[in-house]
Amino acid sequence: MAINLKVNGSSRSVPAEPDTPLLYVLRNDLQLNGAKFGCGLAQCGACTVMVDGKPVRSCVTQIGTLGGAEITTIEGLGTAQKPHPLQKAFIDEQAVQCGYCINGMIMSAKELLDRKARVSEADVRDALAGNLCRCGTHNRIVAAILRAAKEMGRT
Amino acid sequence: MNAPTLTRRGFNKGAGGIVLAFSLLPAEVLAQAAAARLPGSLNNNRLLDAWIRINADGTATVHTGKVELGQGILTALWQIAAEELDLPLSRVTITQVDTSRSPNEGFTFGSQSIENSGVALRLAGAEARAILIELAAKKLGADAAALKVADGVISAPDGKRVTYGELAAEANLKREASAKVRPKPASEHKIVGKSIPRLDIPAKVMGGAAYVQDLRLPGMLHGRVVRPPRYGAKLESVDEAAARRVPGVVAVVRDGSFLGVIAEREENAVKARAALIAGAKWSGGDTLPDPAKLYEHLRSRPAQTTVSSEKKATVLASAKVIEATYNKPYMSHASIGPSCAVAQFADGRYTVWSHGQGMFPLRVDLAKALKVPPPQIRCIHFEGSGCYGHNGADDAALDAALLARAAPGRPVRVQWMRDDEFAWSPYGCAMSMKVKGALDGGKIVHWDYELWSNTHSMRPANPAGNNLLASWHVADAQKHGSVTNVPIQFGGGSDRNAVPLYDFPSQRVVNHLVGEMPLRASALRTLGAYSNVWASECFMDELALAAGADPVAFRLAHMTDPRAKAVIEKVAAMANWKPGEKGSLSRGRGIAFSKYKNLACYVAVIADVEIDRASGKVRVREAWAATDAGLVINPDGLKNQIEGGIVQTASWTLLEEVRFDRNGIRTRDWSGYPILAMPDVPKVSVELINRPNERPLGSGEGSQGPAGAAIGNAVAHATGKRLRDLPLDAARVKAALG
Ligand code: FES
Ligand code: FES
Repeated sequence: MAINLKVNGSSRSVPAEPDTPLLYVLRNDLQLNGAKFGCGLAQCGACTVMVDGKPVRSCVTQIGTLGGAEITTIEGLGTAQKPHPLQKAFIDEQAVQCGYCINGMIMSAKELLDRKARVSEADVRDALAGNLCRCGTHNRIVAAILRAAKEMGRT
Repeated sequence: MNAPTLTRRGFNKGAGGIVLAFSLLPAEVLAQAAAARLPGSLNNNRLLDAWIRINADGTATVHTGKVELGQGILTALWQIAAEELDLPLSRVTITQVDTSRSPNEGFTFGSQSIENSGVALRLAGAEARAILIELAAKKLGADAAALKVADGVISAPDGKRVTYGELAAEANLKREASAKVRPKPASEHKIVGKSIPRLDIPAKVMGGAAYVQDLRLPGMLHGRVVRPPRYGAKLESVDEAAARRVPGVVAVVRDGSFLGVIAEREENAVKARAALIAGAKWSGGDTLPDPAKLYEHLRSRPAQTTVSSEKKATVLASAKVIEATYNKPYMSHASIGPSCAVAQFADGRYTVWSHGQGMFPLRVDLAKALKVPPPQIRCIHFEGSGCYGHNGADDAALDAALLARAAPGRPVRVQWMRDDEFAWSPYGCAMSMKVKGALDGGKIVHWDYELWSNTHSMRPANPAGNNLLASWHVADAQKHGSVTNVPIQFGGGSDRNAVPLYDFPSQRVVNHLVGEMPLRASALRTLGAYSNVWASECFMDELALAAGADPVAFRLAHMTDPRAKAVIEKVAAMANWKPGEKGSLSRGRGIAFSKYKNLACYVAVIADVEIDRASGKVRVREAWAATDAGLVINPDGLKNQIEGGIVQTASWTLLEEVRFDRNGIRTRDWSGYPILAMPDVPKVSVELINRPNERPLGSGEGSQGPAGAAIGNAVAHATGKRLRDLPLDAARVKAALG
């Protein structure tokens, strides 16, 4: 069967069952690489995307539950020519080692910056508590997010 | 009669010494002795054009046999090549490893890429540039020494010029490297030594295709595998029909106890896997050691015992002797992304895309398992999630190839599920270390160290067997390879950093390499070094305490290597170390040092910890590191590695342990293997001592040994209790505090 989804502002029809995890549809049907499979168990945050402005774990979100919700992935934030301040800050701070966790870090940070007018370092660390990174890139990630927050007038 | 006495010195100087030296060389080194030994990886890949090609458009293509693992190595190698070629970075491309075109540099491991590939590219680059200059001299009718090179343009004093592109067709790089052209001195470096932004980062923050997981080939199918419930279990029967009823299932593949499924859609492969698990009957399987007695078990098994170092001096009976036993559990790579590979089988040939650390060695074992000659397999490297040694990447490659055989022509992508990764990726070895020290007059007069461990090297291409997981499960099963240990002169394996760098007048270091391997183990970042530095550097503090000495001063008093002293002094200054400072009940600080492998970078770390006495939870508040890695290629990249190593080590040291019981592995998801989360990550400061005139030293793994021991020493400093078993998790700390 086909299901309609609204992803990064456009409406897309995908040939998948309603119980299909959103992650597989994003990656395989819509060819969006950003969200990553890490655990499939809502434990690591690598698959984070936004649904109606809230961060969700796409590995456990069934597409049948989404209705007409607005789904935003990291591809919807910016492009190489026009990066989102968060993406730019991650490049400027070189806040990546393997980078497998970075999608989730940026998406969780985006939600924090959307939600709070002023963010502190402690806010950033708390907001990202559920996003695992194995390479130990945490401090650079925090620095990048604070840099973006400053750029966006949120510190 | 005046007979000469044969002293050791005299013997080494005489002809006998030379004969002895040669007869100790292994056969393949002797064979190569005919051709002169070339530095770094040039020795095994001797043609210049294996490394560098100059293109007609004035660009250069650079090949390396080393792979990007998120450590930034391709960027550093790219800098080196561009520097020597005198080309801007924008006109140099560096390729990923592909067995159909890249130099064979074995594995990317042990922080050796700069020392091997970097040295090769430096010399090959300098030589290629010299060849171009020589050609230009003929063309321009000028003296080669008078020519100037900038950005790929060679100009003569009279203003005539020729570009690399114009010379490309004539420049013959299909010749053996001489390694005779001197590379640029550090003072002339324009690109090396700069923090060049990494090549791979933009795609990683934009959702670009950056990983093998992102590979999406036309007609690609999705595969999943089903592993036995415990080591050694045999598949008796399986209800394949239930799996085949899942829509879009293309094939169920069963070969002995290897079981897998391929489907058109990924979610259906996952569903079919669940159906196979539900319908599979297994028998038998190994019983694991009692985890409560793991270290006694390890120490009681038969072992190959070797002496890694021995130095004898008289130790007076009056010396004060203390001893202790340290232990380290099995640890997981715990990569955030489970292992993944894509394989295609067409016309009898396989193409395999993998994030393994060595495409050529992988091909060797794939060929054995698939029973085809290696040239019929092409392995192409694509990055995966962070890799800290030998994880499941190579195994996933064989899984994908076995499944692809059932759907000829169509690429099959296999991604392990989270439980596959935790239960089947090889672990870092459990180890036990007994150490004894004798003190006299406030100085260590004897050091006695014994360690027990499995091998840390069960990577592919071991000549005695096959080290790919599925090869042990198929009907025509193969055996795993033989137990080997990296020789100590190349940095050691289980005994890596077991020999202290301090100058003790008398010492004995013994390595018990245990053959029986109850849990599957192989290389995890630093091999034995983390564990050996943990034991040795914690024990240094125990001895300092017994001698009534300050830990920094005590270390310096036993050290003569000036570069080692410099990093210890530097980190003490960075952290404002105060000699004799007392820990409070909830706060402490510790220091530790190592020279990685005793061959690579020098790192000293100080850690400050905070202990919640009610729960026993330890938090590392802050850490400082001073590093000397010789000539620094990319300072920011190096700092990133040192810093990441410290954070990862804080996680290892405070939290990590693979859980198992007699029936098998219990760690199957993140709840069974917690790692350090964002709010608990320490602040880290790193300073580099750049030594532009020293050769660059491997550094990707340098901070882990000292970081762990510094944390252990800080906990002891705060609590007054010495904890010797890892990890220092809340339960263990609370129990110690009573
Ligand atoms: S992949 Fe979704 S939380 Fe881990
Ligand atoms: S950068 Fe590798 S997991 Fe975070």
